[in-house]
Amino acid sequence: GKSTFSALLAHGLAADETKQVALLDIDICGPSIPKMMGLEGEQYVEENLGVMSVGFLLSSPDDAVIWRGPKKNGLIKQFLRDVDWGEVDYLIVDTPPGTSDEHLSIVQYLSATHIDGAVIVTTPQEVSLQDVRKEINFCRKVKLPIIGVVENMSGFVCPKCKNESQIFPPTTGGAEKMCQNMNVSLLGKVPLDPEIGKRCDRGQSFLAEAPESPATLSYRNIIQRIQEYCEQHHLQEEKIM
Amino acid sequence: MSGKGGVGKSTLSTELALALRNAGKRVGILDVDLCGPSIPRMLRVQDSSVHQCDRGWVPVFVGHDTAIALMSIGFLLERPDDAVVWRGPKKNALIKQFVSDVAWGDLDFLIVDTPPGTSDEHISTVEALRPHQLLGAILVTTPQAVSVGDVRRELTFCRKAGLQILGIVENMSGFVCPHCSVINCGSVFFILGPTGSELSLSPPCPTGCVPLDPQLSQSLEEGRDFIQEFPKSSAFPALTHIAQQILDTSQKSS
Ligand SMILES: Nc1ncnc2c1ncn2[C@@H]1O[C@H](COP(=O)(O)OP(=O)(O)OP(=O)(O)O)[C@@H](O)[C@H]1O
Ligand SMILES: Nc1ncnc2c1ncn2[C@@H]1O[C@H](COP(=O)(O)OP(=O)(O)OP(=O)(O)O)[C@@H](O)[C@H]1O
Ligand SMILES: [Mg+2]
Ligand SMILES: [Mg+2]
Ligand SMILES: [Zn+2]
Repeated sequence: GKSTFSALLAHGLAADETKQVALLDIDICGPSIPKMMGLEGEQYVEENLGVMSVGFLLSSPDDAVIWRGPKKNGLIKQFLRDVDWGEVDYLIVDTPPGTSDEHLSIVQYLSATHIDGAVIVTTPQEVSLQDVRKEINFCRKVKLPIIGVVENMSGFVCPKCKNESQIFPPTTGGAEKMCQNMNVSLLGKVPLDPEIGKRCDRGQSFLAEAPESPATLSYRNIIQRIQEYCEQHHLQEEKIM
Repeated sequence: MSGKGGVGKSTLSTELALALRNAGKRVGILDVDLCGPSIPRMLRVQDSSVHQCDRGWVPVFVGHDTAIALMSIGFLLERPDDAVVWRGPKKNALIKQFVSDVAWGDLDFLIVDTPPGTSDEHISTVEALRPHQLLGAILVTTPQAVSVGDVRRELTFCRKAGLQILGIVENMSGFVCPHCSVINCGSVFFILGPTGSELSLSPPCPTGCVPLDPQLSQSLEEGRDFIQEFPKSSAFPALTHIAQQILDTSQKSS
């Protein structure tokens, strides 16, 4: 749920009209942001929300970007240097999974800007958590602060009988236990909700379409914690300078 | 292969290997997901390690019949949580080594589990395996449009790489609520329609639809043999059907 979360975080932060938000998709081989933001076919910039993705540069939905690392790194550099982002309060970066070229490059290219930190998204089962531990160790290795972890798809509430099922069972204690062990914060848990997938596919903001749902409340809570973290971080930076 | 993460590539690789072994075949699994290897845990051999012999690395053999041989970067890490922070060239070199310097022995099938995308790992694997007559690629997707979009790009990759498409698996399609037995509107995720028709493949070749099955995820967490132990489970028929189609295709091509 990385891209879904990035898209909703962008919507959430841009709800404050005094803030300029930028959303950069560096998943070069599998960009999802144009579809999730409802921007297919055209690069469209809302008043205070700018979006950039390789998806805007492809001529057809069947175009594959069959590139090795160096070419991907080149494009990421261009996205940062040659896109007229304007004055930006928040830059959200959606990454592919892994700890490789895209991740190293973005951290390297943005190092002078003092990145606030990384939000790590996982699902509750161990097969996913074992990747997340690697991701956390990656952040530590490249000295990228970790804002916290979001546990996505934790529990599914049947729309018919309202009972909950664990489709992705937290066999080793889920993100909660992992966060304790690795000493990082758990920002929150988001349940599996078919409506999220549906809104994503239609390029709509789930937060706006289902304002009362438990998943929206959870997302809002997480977004608020991220805002608070960033404000704190900026205050500290100002003190240092 | 898939364009998206977490759609079930490693799951399918694992279950396919188990099903082929069940059919009496010798199977190798080459895990080229260097930043996020999952197969060792899914087969409960995460604590094993590989050693050297004069013909190269000896892969890890799974089960008492040792009919599954597995090579993964997971076996080379000092600590299981170590991040592999490598750029492309280093990844490419290791993949070449995995193909040429592993004493795979006599195999009927070699299954390659890839990370998502169409980049270094994929190009290097196809290049390294080209002399060995690749049977083809199985694409995995989930029912959502964002995932189906990625399959289209993956199809283009296969076409350019000269890889035959063995089939498309729509995974996580549908979920039967264990409490009320209601099939959740076809899906827990949002369904657009049968993937095959959405992609208008010619000839239409969806290999199968695998439902969301909590018993499958539980079994993978514990590294159990789902094919042997859960024949009544909802994902079982689809998984074994996929394996059967692979067996048929390989028979035809040999
Ligand atoms: N809580 C949720 N409930 C239901 N569906 C969800 C939820 N979170 C994400 N999804 C759906 O799951 C799919 C995968 O999510 P997403 O594309 O955000 O993952 P990702 O981590 O970005 O994947 P990738 O590794 O391919 O970049 C999407 O179709 C999305 O709509
Ligand atoms: N049909 C299914 N029913 C229930 N759980 C499933 C199903 N398919 C996969 N899963 C679970 O979903 C998770 C993701 O699957 P898997 O790791 O196989 O995906 P992947 O495509 O290999 O991911 P990655 O892109 O990270 O390599 C796993 O925990 C797996 O157990
Ligand atoms: Mg994504
Ligand atoms: Mg995998
Ligand atoms: Zn129910």
